[in-house]
Amino acid sequence: MSRIVRGIEHGLIGCEACGLVLERPAQGSECPRCGTAVHARRPQSLSRSWAFLVAAMILYVPANLLPVLHSTKLFESWSDTILSGVVALWEDGAYDLAIIVFTASIVVPLLKMGALLLLLLEVQRGGRQLPRERALLYRVLEYIGHWSMLDVFAVALLVTLVHFGSLANVEPDSGIVAFGAVVVLTMLATMSFDPRLNWDPPRRRATPLPAAPAVNPDAAKDPLSP
Amino acid sequence: MPRPAIKVRPELAICEHCDSVHRRLPLERGEAADCKVCGATLYRRPMLDLDAMLALAAAALIVFVLANAAPLVTMESGGTTTRGWLLTLVATTWTSGVGAVSAIVIGTVFLFPLAQITLYFYVLLACRLKLPAPQFVNAMHWLRRLRPWSMVQVFLIGTLVSIIKMSHLASVQPEPGLWAFGVLTILLTALGTFELRELWVLREEAQQA
Repeated sequence: MSRIVRGIEHGLIGCEACGLVLERPAQGSECPRCGTAVHARRPQSLSRSWAFLVAAMILYVPANLLPVLHSTKLFESWSDTILSGVVALWEDGAYDLAIIVFTASIVVPLLKMGALLLLLLEVQRGGRQLPRERALLYRVLEYIGHWSMLDVFAVALLVTLVHFGSLANVEPDSGIVAFGAVVVLTMLATMSFDPRLNWDPPRRRATPLPAAPAVNPDAAKDPLSP
Repeated sequence: MPRPAIKVRPELAICEHCDSVHRRLPLERGEAADCKVCGATLYRRPMLDLDAMLALAAAALIVFVLANAAPLVTMESGGTTTRGWLLTLVATTWTSGVGAVSAIVIGTVFLFPLAQITLYFYVLLACRLKLPAPQFVNAMHWLRRLRPWSMVQVFLIGTLVSIIKMSHLASVQPEPGLWAFGVLTILLTALGTFELRELWVLREEAQQA
């Protein structure tokens, strides 16, 4: 494979919003096509991503320990957590459903938080191993991000339909709010992370871009010419 | 204050995932160019043209109205029938004390998809008719921001899971609203395949012509 040409090494920045390639713009100057402030790397990407991830991890505890549903039927009443809901589905023999809910509500959030943790630690450590695999991992994270919201929607519908007056009733409980917050926070953490950091050598992560040189930009060498 | 003009390089494309620089190549319809460094999609030429996309956006708007006007499910139990519309979900979760769930549902299944469809319609129409469209830039920014937060497809699966869960408790019937949400999922997915970045290019071409 030929040598990889990186935008940052040649003062070329792709606008994050519209994709237009700009030559040696000052940090934070506006894209002439769409007006977005351009940055070689998203400002404070790592600290923002960490903040959202840590908040998500903290809320993940009540999301799983607190009940999401409180059901009443005649004289008995019981509470369900996310996990006990999956177990109940399995015991009812609804194996396919149990697997769907288990994947969306338990595997995906854990996978997301674990993968983000891995990406963040690896970038901070300055590791350059397997950048291609880490790039793929990030794209998977972006793609599966919102699927964990499934249980929140399922609970909303259950609560709406099961209103048999005093005979049977289903009430949502605080666990589902914490769970929804975990999904939103992990999505925000993923969006804040700048995947280009996966490929940067460690020293460049501290100082994102050398100041625009005073030379005539037209005199700059074409990065793609041999 | 006069701003110094920034030099643009429209003949280049930079991968947003790994910052590698590529020279843009002309593509055939339906083709996509992948980054050879990290494998992400760099840019693509959409399968459908502007007219087809406009038709999809108009269809999505109609289906959206149907999906919200018709009930999603009915449940019969002990002589009482309960119907569930999307907006009753919003109302019952609100009154049950989980306002956050209510806000998530109305945002990700109602407001954001509606905004998405309307904005698509606006920007596509502006490109197609070469209209001045004063809010074009803002509309494009909002389309990009809303994309991850529009969750019609997740809602559809969540509803199906919930229906099957309840089916052993009572007789639960899917209603036209649910089918409409299924169609809406397909239409929104088709609209989503249209690269917003290509619309910027189309818009520039339209303005120059």
